[in-house]
Amino acid sequence: MASHYEAPIRKPLVTGNKSYHDVTVDIVAAVEGKANKQWWIVFGIALSAFLWGIGCIIYTISTGIGVWGLNKTVGWAWDITNFVWWVGIGHAGTLISAVLLLFRQKWRMAINRSAEAMTIFSVIQAGLFPIIHMGRPWLAYWVLPIPNQFGSLWVNFNSPLLWDVFAISTYLSVSLVFWWTGLLPDFAMIRDRAIKPFQKKIYGLLSFGWSGRAKDWQRFEEVSLVLAGLATPLVLSVHTIVSFDFATSVIPGWHTTIFPPYFVAGAIFSGFAMVQTLLIIMRKVSNLENYITVQHIELMNIVIMITGSIVGVAYITELFIAWYSGVEYEQYAFLNRATGPYWWAYWAMMTCNVFSPQFMWSKKLRTSIMFSFVISIVVNIGMWFERFVIIVTSLHRDYLPSSWTMFSPTFVDIGIFIGTIGFFFVLFLLYARTFPVIAQAEVKSILKSSGDKYKNTHDES
Amino acid sequence: MNQKKYWKSEVELDTANDFVTDLQHKEFVEKLPEDAFLGDQKVMDDSKTNRRDFLKYVGFSTAAASLAACEGPVYKSIPYVVQPEEIRPGISNYYASAIADGFDFANVLIKTREGRPIKVENNNEAPTNGHANARVQASVLSMYDNLRLRGPLYGGSPVGWSTLIEQTKEQLSALKDADAEVVLLTHSFASPTTEKLIADFLGQFPNVRHVVYDALSDAEALDAFEIAYGSRVLPTYDFAKAEVIVSVGADFLGDWQGGGHSAGYAKGRIPNKHHGKATMSKHYQFESNMTLSGASADVRVPSTPATQKQVLAAIYGGLVGKFDTSALSKKVAAQVNTAIKQLKRAGKNAVVVTGLPSVDAQRIALAINELLKSRVIDTQHTTTIRQGNPSEVAQLVDDLNSGTVQGIITAGINPAYSLPNADSFAAAMSKAKFSLAFGMKNDETASLAQWVAATPHYLEAWGDVAFKSGHYGLTQPTIRPLFDTRQFQDVLLAWSGSETTYHDALQSHWKTNILNGASWSKAVHDGFFVGQSPVTNTYKDKPADAYNALAGAQDKGFSLLLYSKTGLGDGQQANNPWLQELPDPISRVTWDNYLTVSKSDAEALGLWNETQSDGALNGGLAKVTVGNTSVTSPVLIQPGQAKGTVGLAVGYGKTAGIKSEMQVGVNAYPLYKNLSSVQSVQIEAVDGVHEFACTQLHNTLMGRGDIVKETTLEIFNTKDRSYWNPVPVVSKNHIETPVTSPEVDIWDAFDRSIGHHFNLSIDLNACTGCGACVVSCHAENNVPVVGKREIRKSRDMHWLRIDRYYSAEDTFEGDLETVDQINGLGDSLTTFGEMEAPSENPQVTFQPIMCQHCNHAPCETVCPVAATSHGRQGQNHMAYNRCVGTRYCANNCPYKVRRFNWFLYSNNDEFDYHMNDDLGRMVLNPDVVVRSRGVMEKCSMCIQKTQKTILDAKLEGRQIQDGEFQTACSSACPTGAIVFGDINDKDSKVAQSKESDRMYHLLESVGTKPNVQYQVKVRNTETT
Repeated sequence: MASHYEAPIRKPLVTGNKSYHDVTVDIVAAVEGKANKQWWIVFGIALSAFLWGIGCIIYTISTGIGVWGLNKTVGWAWDITNFVWWVGIGHAGTLISAVLLLFRQKWRMAINRSAEAMTIFSVIQAGLFPIIHMGRPWLAYWVLPIPNQFGSLWVNFNSPLLWDVFAISTYLSVSLVFWWTGLLPDFAMIRDRAIKPFQKKIYGLLSFGWSGRAKDWQRFEEVSLVLAGLATPLVLSVHTIVSFDFATSVIPGWHTTIFPPYFVAGAIFSGFAMVQTLLIIMRKVSNLENYITVQHIELMNIVIMITGSIVGVAYITELFIAWYSGVEYEQYAFLNRATGPYWWAYWAMMTCNVFSPQFMWSKKLRTSIMFSFVISIVVNIGMWFERFVIIVTSLHRDYLPSSWTMFSPTFVDIGIFIGTIGFFFVLFLLYARTFPVIAQAEVKSILKSSGDKYKNTHDES
Repeated sequence: MNQKKYWKSEVELDTANDFVTDLQHKEFVEKLPEDAFLGDQKVMDDSKTNRRDFLKYVGFSTAAASLAACEGPVYKSIPYVVQPEEIRPGISNYYASAIADGFDFANVLIKTREGRPIKVENNNEAPTNGHANARVQASVLSMYDNLRLRGPLYGGSPVGWSTLIEQTKEQLSALKDADAEVVLLTHSFASPTTEKLIADFLGQFPNVRHVVYDALSDAEALDAFEIAYGSRVLPTYDFAKAEVIVSVGADFLGDWQGGGHSAGYAKGRIPNKHHGKATMSKHYQFESNMTLSGASADVRVPSTPATQKQVLAAIYGGLVGKFDTSALSKKVAAQVNTAIKQLKRAGKNAVVVTGLPSVDAQRIALAINELLKSRVIDTQHTTTIRQGNPSEVAQLVDDLNSGTVQGIITAGINPAYSLPNADSFAAAMSKAKFSLAFGMKNDETASLAQWVAATPHYLEAWGDVAFKSGHYGLTQPTIRPLFDTRQFQDVLLAWSGSETTYHDALQSHWKTNILNGASWSKAVHDGFFVGQSPVTNTYKDKPADAYNALAGAQDKGFSLLLYSKTGLGDGQQANNPWLQELPDPISRVTWDNYLTVSKSDAEALGLWNETQSDGALNGGLAKVTVGNTSVTSPVLIQPGQAKGTVGLAVGYGKTAGIKSEMQVGVNAYPLYKNLSSVQSVQIEAVDGVHEFACTQLHNTLMGRGDIVKETTLEIFNTKDRSYWNPVPVVSKNHIETPVTSPEVDIWDAFDRSIGHHFNLSIDLNACTGCGACVVSCHAENNVPVVGKREIRKSRDMHWLRIDRYYSAEDTFEGDLETVDQINGLGDSLTTFGEMEAPSENPQVTFQPIMCQHCNHAPCETVCPVAATSHGRQGQNHMAYNRCVGTRYCANNCPYKVRRFNWFLYSNNDEFDYHMNDDLGRMVLNPDVVVRSRGVMEKCSMCIQKTQKTILDAKLEGRQIQDGEFQTACSSACPTGAIVFGDINDKDSKVAQSKESDRMYHLLESVGTKPNVQYQVKVRNTETT
């Protein structure tokens, strides 16, 4: 498939007259070169945020969940908001690498590596929260169905939280395997170029002894396809199951059958926004503008616009159904969301998630890198508020008015969230310096059909 | 072994060589630099430790250290040398006793485990005062108060009892010889034996004057009764007989005249059908503060004290034919008219009571009841549980100051805190030549006294009490005194030179004067005795002057009504964390007192309340001035507060003998001038913010009629159940199907017909919100106290709470109509916003809520580790040691009854209440586990109690009778509002209540199928 002719009307996916060697050199530059001052500054900030978060987590675990702002009525707030937010962000990776692979979307090749890295790193952040939000996190292993000495104790398979355990762990492991498989030829490339023995040794280990034989390539392609097939249902299942945490409950505002598709759309929405945020910076910093082109940004913006609109439709449907149901609790829950004490959170969500992506209808705006960057940040703020709105505004005023109260975060709530952002960037920054951030082997496979150097040759002939 | 010898040189063979022999005796050829190594030779010589010793020490200490490291923690557990017959580990013993602390008087049962009293229960067999209110329920914890006096003190330092008795007796004798007056200041004992002992003591020391001082006075009622009937006592009431009750400022469901009236009242409030027509009493309440009685009333008219006086006059006038309501506003007059009409109709089944601190008002109330020939009031069986005489107390302070009185003995009271002129009392007391305080605490008064006699708690003491004429109670010790304490009566006996103990004196007094041949042992066993009451009182008052005085009553500016709170009462138990954390039934504020102000007055005066971002309530401050005394108090805007009046609770603001956590609120006693509960005051806003700790932050029901269902007596009598108590329906295939139908159930039904199936029924008509159940649950289930800071964060741990709702319109029915009439989105936005604010004079409803033990429990399905699951007997169980603390169950609970252990509440000095010291922990119930940090907890339907009942019956090989199954709340409920039992026993009360027309389940439409039933609240709106 690699050298198929591609119509000249299609824009080149790799610009800058790149040869195979150019690709290698460009991508390996960050790994072989030295970190600049900016990298160290950003890394330092991320690391301090991470350490601050660790401090807050230690404080929580040693003292009690009481150091958070939760209360008898609002039993989840920032913890599960952050969990769902990070899981949602983790969604884009699999979608890009698996679903777009199956649909033969070649533009994914420039971004899938980093998108998947982002997936794994954000799922790690997400996975932290279900553990630390427990009152007794040292017993977290009890949610695993493992044989034990506690008698006939077993987990409760009715519980959506248990489904979460399976969904998230499956997702993390499949994503990791998929990601690593794609990394093998690229690690081997670095290994082959490495001069220092230690570096050679490490990349040799990481590349699992990749030799570049035709058989290797054949198996590589097969495994990629199989894993893509396995991972595709996960794109739908993970966030569907996360949404079950709420949808299967009896709380007005949570008990909503629309949640699975609404959550999946929202997850893709926020995931693409995060990919956008990261890659717009990375293409600049690592000089990858020829691989991650404005066209890539534009395509991602279109996905953001579509999923944002789906989410918007879901929001409006929720309101309609609340009215149509005739259930007074349901009606009040949504009235309270939009006009109650947390109206600002609701309208922040509406503005960021529904209104802001609509600018992408304009070609000028969606091809503007600066504007795309701003919107990508706005979308992730909006998606954080969406989860906050769903969790807190539904809980704080549910059935019995006597238990109605409010939630206000403490410095620990905020500290842990900032800590996970720090942790995420620590991981991503280390990744950007040590991993091939673009799937160069795959990019090389389309160089002759979609690279502008070869496109131009075709045009001439 | 190798015997070869090696020679170093041939010189060695020369044995004659000195040098060689010298070398042979030396290990080292050259002298070792020992001094350089070992330093000062002298020190080395002095040291007795040689190398071998050093090694021994090292060996020993290593062994000791490793042994010590292996040793487990030491638990102090001392076996009995002689096992007492009646104490069996794991089995509770119950002793009948009686509390008479000067404010609360009740017949109770004390539950002890392994010799420790751990719980106060009602004595249901007692014919009078058999119900423990919230304070009495909590009194067991006051015994384990870490700040109690450990023994007698002289000048602040410990002293022996023999010294105290000898020297005080000498001092008393010296004062007697000098003919100097001494005052014995006590609370009302209402104790026949104590009164006799005091009389004997006064006989021996004629220079001693006995003054009775009640911190909260009922002097006006006593004086009025004396005028009307000739003796200075109080009448008793049986509200069960009442068809019409008109209360003018009397919180008779609270602490009015000693309290204890709610059980009788509730009997008349439950609409039971006889011959197809249900009846219930009609209750009018004219009052200023919103009280428990006002909250339960059918008609509540907010009125100032002067208006209340005019109302009393108008009612009296109406009954004697001098009908005149011209002084009253139209609204009030209309209610007074119907009240008079109904009083006349009910005749002897009606009663008028008043709590106004006015002899005239009290006389008129007695006169009205005489006119009605009321059966509700009992002027023959009178009570002496309030005897205080404010004028004598005032005289005493003057006499102490002037030096006429040179000695003072106080017993069971704290006048240096609770007198309005406490400062001048304190100054006078320090001047006295002789001062002695009997008490359990080193409180404000004790710290002024030269001598402090440490007294035991009533659970460690003997005693008796006459609740009313002929009705006696006995107090018996349930544990040996924890500290070196002696009863006041024992000291009296010792002073009188008697060798007998109070116990012997008590027994002989009862045998000669009370028992009339009946068994002493039986009286001790029962805790009560009913004897003869020879008194006959005849009415002889001519209240025309009182009528005229009342009719002409006028308000002078703002009226302050001082009241006692359900939690703290007169403040004796202010160091009791259960009571501090008990939410006020009306305001639901904990750990505080505050000035209650009506909304319009608050606006006019610039007083405010505000909700913070975490939901907590803040309030402004107000300076309340009576004469030249001012108190600055936080402000709470109280719906139903009469305009022109403010309320403030006494009992707070203590500073001596109380933990710092418990030093909350402001002391209102300085405003209690002349011991009168109504004062004319000036109020001004002052700068400052007060942080409240409220357990309920949203006060209205938002028109949610299926939470508290209610109807009127008329509709209840005339319409079908489906009209006023419909079962919610859902649409199944476009057919409306009741939610209770198995058709619409996604779960397979579980056969619950075998074994026990527990249900709890709560009658909203009978619940007066008194809070006894809340404290009882606290005690039974080791519920932690979390303190003001945590309550403010909405983290109260109560397993059982009593929700209180105000109507946003004038009535709850009005709320429903408002919600029905909402038209369109815009309208709903404004209407629901408006409904968040209660009406100025709202209807009030109480709803006790605990875990509903849903048969389809939303909490059970969501727990990932199955820590909460359903029991065979209907309970929703909680396995604490399995809980990992995800809080998902609490989120998914529609009733929000689950409570999370945010911190470690026991053994943690951050929570310095009672679970962090050995003494306070003695109150813990060994049948219930103390929960650790990070786990969820909630009501268990007292499974430890039901299992005990089942096992006892099994051992005895018998069926369980209805009424044997009890929960802490059902057994504590004085009104019978909470009934517990087995619905598989078809004859049980709870099985019958399940079939009652009034029965509904909370949020039935959610489909949770709870095992807690509620009975629809019926309001009596009849006007004839």
